[in-house]
Amino acid sequence: MPPIRPLHLAAEIGGPPHYDAARYTGLAQLAERGALDFVTLGDSFARPGPDALSVLSRAAPATRRIGLVPTVTTTHTEPFHVSSAVATLDWVSRGRAGWQVDVSTTGAEARLFGRRPAAPAAELWREAGEVADAGARLWDSWEDDAEIRDTATGRFIDRGKLHYVDFEGATFSVRGPAIVPRPPQGRPVVVVDGTTDPARETAARHADVVLVRATTSERTAGIRDDVRRRAVAHGRDPDTLRVLAALTVDLGGAETAPELWPASGPPLAAHGTYYRGGPVDLADLITQWHRAGAVDGFHLTPITPERDLERIVNGTVTLLQHRSLFRTFHPGGTLREHLGLSRPANRYAPDRFPEGERA
Amino acid sequence: MHLAAHFPGVNNTTVWADPRSRSQIDFSSFEHLARTAERGLFDFFFLAEGLRLREHNGLIHDLDVVGRPESLTVLNALAAVTDRLGLAATVNATFNEPYELARRLATLDHLSAGRAAWNVVTSSDAFTGENFRRGGYLDRADRYTRAAEFVATARELWDSWTADGVPRPVAHRGEHFRIEGEFGVPRSPQGHPVVIQAGDSPEGREFAASAADVIFTRHGTPGAGRTFYADVKARLARYGREPDELKIMPGVGFVLGDTDAEAREKAAGIRLQQISPQNAMLALEQVWGRDLSSYDPDGPLPESDPVPDSALVQGRVRHGDPLAVAARWRALSREKGLSIRQTVIEASGRQSFVGSPRTVAAELTEFVATGAADGFILVPHLTPGGLDEFVDGVVPLLQERGVFRSAYTGATLRSHLGLAEPVWKG
Ligand SMILES: Cc1cc2nc3c(=O)[nH]c(=O)nc-3n(C[C@H](O)[C@H](O)[C@H](O)COP(=O)(O)O)c2cc1C
Repeated sequence: MPPIRPLHLAAEIGGPPHYDAARYTGLAQLAERGALDFVTLGDSFARPGPDALSVLSRAAPATRRIGLVPTVTTTHTEPFHVSSAVATLDWVSRGRAGWQVDVSTTGAEARLFGRRPAAPAAELWREAGEVADAGARLWDSWEDDAEIRDTATGRFIDRGKLHYVDFEGATFSVRGPAIVPRPPQGRPVVVVDGTTDPARETAARHADVVLVRATTSERTAGIRDDVRRRAVAHGRDPDTLRVLAALTVDLGGAETAPELWPASGPPLAAHGTYYRGGPVDLADLITQWHRAGAVDGFHLTPITPERDLERIVNGTVTLLQHRSLFRTFHPGGTLREHLGLSRPANRYAPDRFPEGERA
Repeated sequence: MHLAAHFPGVNNTTVWADPRSRSQIDFSSFEHLARTAERGLFDFFFLAEGLRLREHNGLIHDLDVVGRPESLTVLNALAAVTDRLGLAATVNATFNEPYELARRLATLDHLSAGRAAWNVVTSSDAFTGENFRRGGYLDRADRYTRAAEFVATARELWDSWTADGVPRPVAHRGEHFRIEGEFGVPRSPQGHPVVIQAGDSPEGREFAASAADVIFTRHGTPGAGRTFYADVKARLARYGREPDELKIMPGVGFVLGDTDAEAREKAAGIRLQQISPQNAMLALEQVWGRDLSSYDPDGPLPESDPVPDSALVQGRVRHGDPLAVAARWRALSREKGLSIRQTVIEASGRQSFVGSPRTVAAELTEFVATGAADGFILVPHLTPGGLDEFVDGVVPLLQERGVFRSAYTGATLRSHLGLAEPVWKG
């Protein structure tokens, strides 16, 4: 049996579209009280709703510890802008930013931009991988100590510590360097839902946190193993990945018995896994899956965030804390610290790598 | 009078070597300046944009403040720590797409309860384009046709929900954009975020007259200001607009002292810090378009003419024809017997209000009274504390004179600027 690793918990705070800031900051503060690693806010051009990254930057000064992970799609956006905006979220939150990478596959989304036709998911996920790669290079394009403010020579920056990324992707290129200096976490945390095959490949290569939707702990463990194997194939240490089981939760009927879609249920990619029951049963489910070593944690999407997140924090999380399975406070300040991930070395900083190993 | 605060950020006027100068990146700096501006009852807080680091002679320019966070993200965070202050982001119309940007701006307007503004800029050089998918270069005329269609398209999207909160499909077919579908955000608290324009050519002025609520201009001196003001306001009638519907706000510096003499002395010291010998040579090379490293900053200007269309300097907005600028600088240097560095200091200063708070308050009032401006975008030379003494010293005097508000009367930026909510064509 694998050693029990720290449990990580995250929650989605989207739900039906709202346009007032207080609603989102309230939910983020609630999740923060539960010491959750991070909140996500889903986004898509395909349906009504505010820009997720903007909402979470609005929430940043109203929270202190919780990680903030908006979805930003890579299909109709500019990689340079996406990288700048995510880095800026990390600056305004003092190291709590993440980025859930997603793609826009529909014709409806394509027509809102009129720039390119809809494309198959596999193609878009390849591009998403390139966008994540270019973004990370831009985050590294300033060494941490590039700003020198050297009054003796009159130089504000050491230009030798700024780097052109010269990224050439199949559909875009970026020269760099970034306009935003390297963010507090070095690189904000990249999250990918790796349930489907093309997304999983991108996740294994570029993500820090991989979400998986599966109906049983065995299936989840299988996907986790697959992601870790693929990560190794890309030259990564699989222990730098956190795999979270994604569950949609409905805690409305606290009295009813837990219900999980059976493996023969509806297609997973469309519906994900669906849990209905009480907060205590949810804590039991989390405990079992985690004890079995199937996952590093859970990403919970409440059906009704206002109601269910309160039940998750005050019911499920309290119980997990009582069982000493989940921490009672955030010991660190950054999202990477919550996740037990180290601050990445800068690929362009020559002294950190022996000659010949530089990217 | 309308007042806005420019966050100094990336430029060659910030005196970063001053021991009071702090980070231009940390959120605490933005928070300090924004809170100060709100304490001073300012109309709005303003952020500039640059999408590629400037280069000189093929190298990243290293003498000035460089590096800045992305504007809309910073402004959303500032919406959490301010209540009334308008929040203005400079965002390029050439390197963005209407659907996405209109959505981000409408989101800021919702999350700030009606305080969003967009400064539409059009810089479009191929150098900047190397950071973007579309790359490419738009010529002078095209970048304004794109900007105008961009703003019109954004307005179509902002207007597209019904009063009952139902999105209606938009179908836009223009020269630059083809957009079909429903907009993701209901009509925002201000109807449309405030639109600011910064750009000076006849095309730019025409675009502003047709579509902008505010112009950010460099023309801050009394003469140039009045000429610009009259020119732009006269263009409005063509679009069925009243002179009051477009506010003209030059970017200006200021230096305060207990007495006028003390302020003048401080100002001279600041100019010397801003234009070091190295910076003077760079400014000279920017005009001449070639390497002048053999010249002495304390010596005379080059006799030879500038190289036209030089690529020596990249990523910096160029103002005016280099031959004309060089001629003007030579004349100035001859007339006053100035060295290279002294000439650059004389010639490159923007309008600055220098004096005791009383003198500065009187001059600002005079500018507005004589039709040189509707207000000012103040550019402090220190980050982030550079506005403190203005708010503490000058604002009370403007209030005493009755030319500036003593309290916010409305909640939205439009109401601060005295602009009507746009008619809902929904
Ligand atoms: C006062 C002022 C401020 C400007 N600020 C910016 C800026 O922050 N970012 C930018 O890319 N361009 C900026 N510009 C450049 C303009 O958008 C435009 O590209 C430039 O002025 C050339 O256009 P024109 O020929 O109409 O003047 C500014 C221009 C002016 C006059």
